[in-house]
Amino acid sequence: MLPTSFATHVRSILSHRLFRLSGLAALWLMTTALHIPDGFLSMPVSLVGWVLLIVAVVYALRQTRGQLGERQIPLMGVLAAFVFAAQAINFPVAGGTSGHLLGGALTAIILGPWAAALVMTCVIAIQGLLFQDGGLLVMGWNIINMGVITAFTGHLVYRLMRRVLGEGRNAMLAAGAVGAWLSVMMGAIATAIQLALSGTSPLEIALPAMAGVHALIGIGEAVITVGALAFLYATRRDLLNIGEAAPGKASANWVVIGLVISLIIAAFSFAASPEPDGLERVAEDTGFIDTALDPLYEIFPDYTLPFIGDPLVSGILAVMLGTLIVFGVAWAIARAIARAPSRRAGA
Amino acid sequence: MLHFDLADHYQRGSSRIHRLDPRIKVIGAFLFILVATLLPFGAWPSYALLFVATLFIAQLSGLGAGYALKRSFIVLPFALAAITLPLTVPGETLAQWGALTVSVEGTVRFVSILVKSWVSVQIAILLAVTTAFPDLLWALRELRVPRPLVGIVAFMYRYLFVLADESLRLRRAREARSAAGTGRAGGSLLWRGKVAGGMVGNLAVRAFERSERIYNAMLARGFRGELLTLTPPAMTDSDRTMLVGWVTFLAMATLIGFVFAR
Repeated sequence: MLPTSFATHVRSILSHRLFRLSGLAALWLMTTALHIPDGFLSMPVSLVGWVLLIVAVVYALRQTRGQLGERQIPLMGVLAAFVFAAQAINFPVAGGTSGHLLGGALTAIILGPWAAALVMTCVIAIQGLLFQDGGLLVMGWNIINMGVITAFTGHLVYRLMRRVLGEGRNAMLAAGAVGAWLSVMMGAIATAIQLALSGTSPLEIALPAMAGVHALIGIGEAVITVGALAFLYATRRDLLNIGEAAPGKASANWVVIGLVISLIIAAFSFAASPEPDGLERVAEDTGFIDTALDPLYEIFPDYTLPFIGDPLVSGILAVMLGTLIVFGVAWAIARAIARAPSRRAGA
Repeated sequence: MLHFDLADHYQRGSSRIHRLDPRIKVIGAFLFILVATLLPFGAWPSYALLFVATLFIAQLSGLGAGYALKRSFIVLPFALAAITLPLTVPGETLAQWGALTVSVEGTVRFVSILVKSWVSVQIAILLAVTTAFPDLLWALRELRVPRPLVGIVAFMYRYLFVLADESLRLRRAREARSAAGTGRAGGSLLWRGKVAGGMVGNLAVRAFERSERIYNAMLARGFRGELLTLTPPAMTDSDRTMLVGWVTFLAMATLIGFVFAR
């Protein structure tokens, strides 16, 4: 146990200041988005990411092979190049910054979640391998965060909202907007949790900073996604039905449910994990951590026991609640828009 | 992020590093990053060893010791993700301003993360600039990355530059049609976003239609759903020796890191 209520007091003041600091941090992070470089995630966290990625990619390959047959390689390849090139289409926002697409949700809406996850995997892998945008050992998580989570969130939200809102053009665009925004948010929240699990940034800072920045970035994502969907609706409506016909939708639901559950478990494992981590153990034995500590402190040295309970759990709950509220509001607005007479009187 | 510089970063050369079997280069780079990640915080002697190793490899590859160094600062912005560590990790006080306490442990950890990240990106840069992309793909396939995935990546790489050209044409067309005062963008933010979205949709249609044409052309040339490679490079004994030397070095650096950690 670390000393006393004085430390507790100082830290509580700190955490308020840091909330303001995180605003500054947020501005900077906009330039880096979600590509985590090597060194920022711990070894165990990185390896878990790779395992998840391998499972996802093997399954995605099987799904798209069934869906596309020998068309798989050329179609997926060219579309991956499309996402890469589409990310270079930007629009000025303010103060020299500009918005651009991540693309997970849009591709998932067009192609279905598995094909989109595969396309995004290729894009992010190349960004890491050739351009050093994101590290190699942490590539597993980079792809899961920006490719798999965005694809599945975007796809599921889009389908759910279509089911509620109906068939029209505005319904489709509204569903696309909410799906795109939430997909970016989910990816950001997942990134924050990984950074916190690795002891790189405390969750009570990483979570609001990442979620805050990406609430804005997500708006850009939503606007571009809607613009692209509107264009496709006007010119090649048939392309928008490819995803509808894609197989593996039932399994996709399970993947999303699994992702959400594992995110929650990951977040709460801060408070629950009793086993000291092997590497930390070695580090401690060799004198790196030389204070007398309880097991919790060994695993996540950021967190002293008095702090694990309150701000952490409430932080997680706040973000979840906030996301739900925004989702509710977006849903209500979307319904209102969908009811309004559509100019194009869509199908 | 944006890649206006889509040019291939591969630097042609015939150095020992260029000629090294691509499989060994991929494994070597991964092991290096693995060790950099694995090392405890504050293992300065080991970090120094890894750093010297990157300089050595850069020198050996004929690009000059500073080559990767100059391009390795792209990880700096992400440092912000860890910047609060000196303030939040409890420990000995290093400095204090008002309520903000900078702890020794937190600073050690922050700097360690930066250094780990920095040496890792240098080795990743060296891998990318000394290995031609087709060789890299071949190595990945040999290392059991699923063949269709490698095929898709190969295809993507082939058409990356074509579609990047398309997107540059779209951007040029937008600029030609958008008169605006210097430093001011025209229209509302939402409208600009919608225009960008329309361009993305346009690009998607072009990509779809191109993939159809490509697929038909491939069928006409006898494509049966799998990509084939000719002439695989062979691994020589001196390649293996270099791998053994590299692994020994990394093991040593790891050992030193854990024994002499702060």
